Amino acid sequence: MDMNFTAAEIAFRDEVRAFLKNALPNWLSAKVKSGKRLKKQDRETWHAALNDRGWLASAWPVEHGGPGWTPVQKHIFEGECVAAGAPGIVPFGLAMFAPVLIKFGSDRQKAYYLPRILSGEDWWCQGYSEPGAGSDLASLKTRAIRDGDHYVVNGQKTWTTLGHYANRMFCLVKTDTRVKPQDGISFLLVDMESPGVTVRPIVTLDGEHEVNEVFLDNVRVPVRNLVGEENKGWTYAKYLLTHERTGIAGVAFAKQGMAHLKRVAQDQKKDGRPLAHDPLFAARMAQVEIDLMAMETFNLRVVSAAAAGGAPGVESSLLKIKGTVIRQEITDLLRRAVGPYALPFTPEAFEEGYNQAPIGPDYAGPVASAYFNMRKLSIYGGSNEIQKNIVAKQMLRL
Amino acid sequence: MDFSLSEERRILRDTAARFIRDSYPIRLRHASTASEPGFSRAMWSQFAELGLIGALLPASVGGYGGAGEDLTVVMEEIGRGLVVEPFLATAVLGAGLIAEAGSDAQKTMLAEVIAGTQLLTFAHGEPEGRYSLAEICTAAVRSGKGWTLTGRKAVVANGDSADMLIVSARVSGAPTDENGLALFLLDPSLPGIARRGYASVDGGRAAEIELDGVTVGDAALIGPPGGACPVIERTIGRGVLALCAEALGAMETCRDMTIDYLRTRTQFGAPLGTFQALQHRMVDLCLEIEQARSIVILAAGKLEAPRAERERTLSAAKNLVGRVGRLVAEETIQLHGGIAMTWEYALPHYAKRLTMIDHQLGDADHHLERFIAFSSTA
Ligand SMILES: Cc1cc2nc3c(=O)[nH]c(=O)nc-3n(C[C@H](O)[C@H](O)[C@H](O)COP(=O)(O)OP(=O)(O)OC[C@H]3O[C@@H](n4cnc5c(N)ncnc54)[C@H](O)[C@@H]3O)c2cc1C
Repeated sequence: MDMNFTAAEIAFRDEVRAFLKNALPNWLSAKVKSGKRLKKQDRETWHAALNDRGWLASAWPVEHGGPGWTPVQKHIFEGECVAAGAPGIVPFGLAMFAPVLIKFGSDRQKAYYLPRILSGEDWWCQGYSEPGAGSDLASLKTRAIRDGDHYVVNGQKTWTTLGHYANRMFCLVKTDTRVKPQDGISFLLVDMESPGVTVRPIVTLDGEHEVNEVFLDNVRVPVRNLVGEENKGWTYAKYLLTHERTGIAGVAFAKQGMAHLKRVAQDQKKDGRPLAHDPLFAARMAQVEIDLMAMETFNLRVVSAAAAGGAPGVESSLLKIKGTVIRQEITDLLRRAVGPYALPFTPEAFEEGYNQAPIGPDYAGPVASAYFNMRKLSIYGGSNEIQKNIVAKQMLRL
Repeated sequence: MDFSLSEERRILRDTAARFIRDSYPIRLRHASTASEPGFSRAMWSQFAELGLIGALLPASVGGYGGAGEDLTVVMEEIGRGLVVEPFLATAVLGAGLIAEAGSDAQKTMLAEVIAGTQLLTFAHGEPEGRYSLAEICTAAVRSGKGWTLTGRKAVVANGDSADMLIVSARVSGAPTDENGLALFLLDPSLPGIARRGYASVDGGRAAEIELDGVTVGDAALIGPPGGACPVIERTIGRGVLALCAEALGAMETCRDMTIDYLRTRTQFGAPLGTFQALQHRMVDLCLEIEQARSIVILAAGKLEAPRAERERTLSAAKNLVGRVGRLVAEETIQLHGGIAMTWEYALPHYAKRLTMIDHQLGDADHHLERFIAFSSTA
């Protein structure tokens, strides 16, 4: 056993660090670290910087423009990016749609769409969930009916993250209603500018706009926008779930959150001394840190197994559960740490260029909102309950 | 033993519950929180007319109640309806301090409070003081025949709209001494007072208040200078009880909404409520809410008990309610799924209020420590 990175891996880490130092603008990392709202353009700026270096599509094969990294390199890269305060890579095109396209798409589709993802010309959103189809995704109702060389699509998608930025949506639609639900679903690419597509914002509990409803009203979609075969969409969607989900635990985010929590607890005073020295609070932080240490090693075990060729299966579910619970726990400690200053709600202060004095310490502003927003971690991407069902069934055979 | 409510309190509860159910829909609340002063003064007058403000104050100052159970009966309904009007700031804390220690002249003001025409708040906590009761640095210095006040007050509930402020300040002693505190009744328009109001995460309002050489006469003093700590402790204790009862009402609404949702939302061809994993989670919640109800009843009954027993029980209640409040907020969101992440749905607003109650008058950890401290003397 050897738990250390190899010399080559350490050299790679240093290369990533040097790159981040040069390519990640200070204003952008400052924005990320202070919890400011990111604009579409901010994300595009960062995508472009990564693309210039050939590092944007970290999970793609080399022939399509990926860097050809091992799972360990990917892990190092993700960790360094988060630690440096880089914006998260928007996953919909790069990490969700592209792997499906690469595996099941036609050469024409690959040649057309993949470069446009890298260049930022296309912004994809994920149109899976519907009002009636959340955990039970296969019960989706959006209907696509063939009409010559088009599909006519009718229905409603919901929770579409950053759909208001997107010009394209990959979605699951029903193409056959006579068979069992899983066998009548197709994977279809919708141009968001088509007539009949309406995007409406959903305001989340913290007052923010990141998700949307997408209404599809007689939208004509060319048949060439079908990925793979008709009625095989469920298989393609499931493929994504088993595809390289080693980053799903969000270890890097958890570590960054933990470091931030420690700084806050050092600055906050309780009975005249740092909150970090308060035995009760220190114990609470230590407990989470211990869980995080174990999870990091758990994650590395899975990464290393993936490097040896074992595709992570049900471990992804375990990592997703633990990772989200730990990250949520950290947001809970942060809100406790700031005491009464968790109360002020100043969403205007999250905007770039806001220059009034903060109410209370500057780090207190976003903590309550973040605590509530991060409740989503255990709901989306397959809720934690659904992950447990998967583990019970596939791993424990119960 | 008899845990049932008296006839009067049943009527009080039903009056409050019916009015709030019929006249306080959440869209009205959203409209109030989005406009100045963050709540509805017209609604406040109606609460006054119904006697809900007076119910929180004793007959000696013109109220019609003021006992622990009066507080919990009213505040539970406030929580159930997610009411944003300033019950805690004005009726429990502000009026509570005056009822407890005010001069006869000051007490006449309480008639207006009960009528809904006078808003008060208690400006006590300070930027560095966290939840400490006695860590007060705001200084009150004797100057001629009066006092000069200088300092800062943090996250003062409804501090931006109160007609009068009750400010705690130190006349002597080190910053954490229990001795040496005084209370002053101040008109916020006095020179030297600056207020910065803002919204809070749960739809309420608060303010940072700066006192820069504010000069007042002896008439502004509430109670004897230097001896305010016991008065503050008793009033904050009433506030703690009020918040616990409010949280209980909010928890029960969250519970009821979630049970309804589990019954009606279908996934995988069956109502969510048929999944055993979710059934057990819901049962755990109901059990913990019964615990919360029980400790609120216990604390209400100890509101007039000797100091150590009273404070120990109140801290026990705030600790338990803090823990259960977090559980209820997080679990009811999770059991709903995505819908509970939206502003449009009522539940997350309850969850936010429940969570923020833990940040008012001491969180679960603060009261855990207080419970331990008072247990060794009880
Ligand atoms: C912020 C956010 C962003 C999102 N972004 C996107 C996006 O970009 N694209 C997209 O397509 N979707 C997106 N989603 C949707 C997300 O995938 C769904 O919310 C998720 O699948 C859960 O579905 P639901 O919300 O309908 O909850 P439901 O499926 O109704 O579940 C409600 C509760 O019941 C539990 N439950 C359900 N079935 C079972 C069972 N069999 N056993 C035990 N428990 C069960 C769930 O775990 C949950 O706790 C997003 C959601 C959120 C909150």
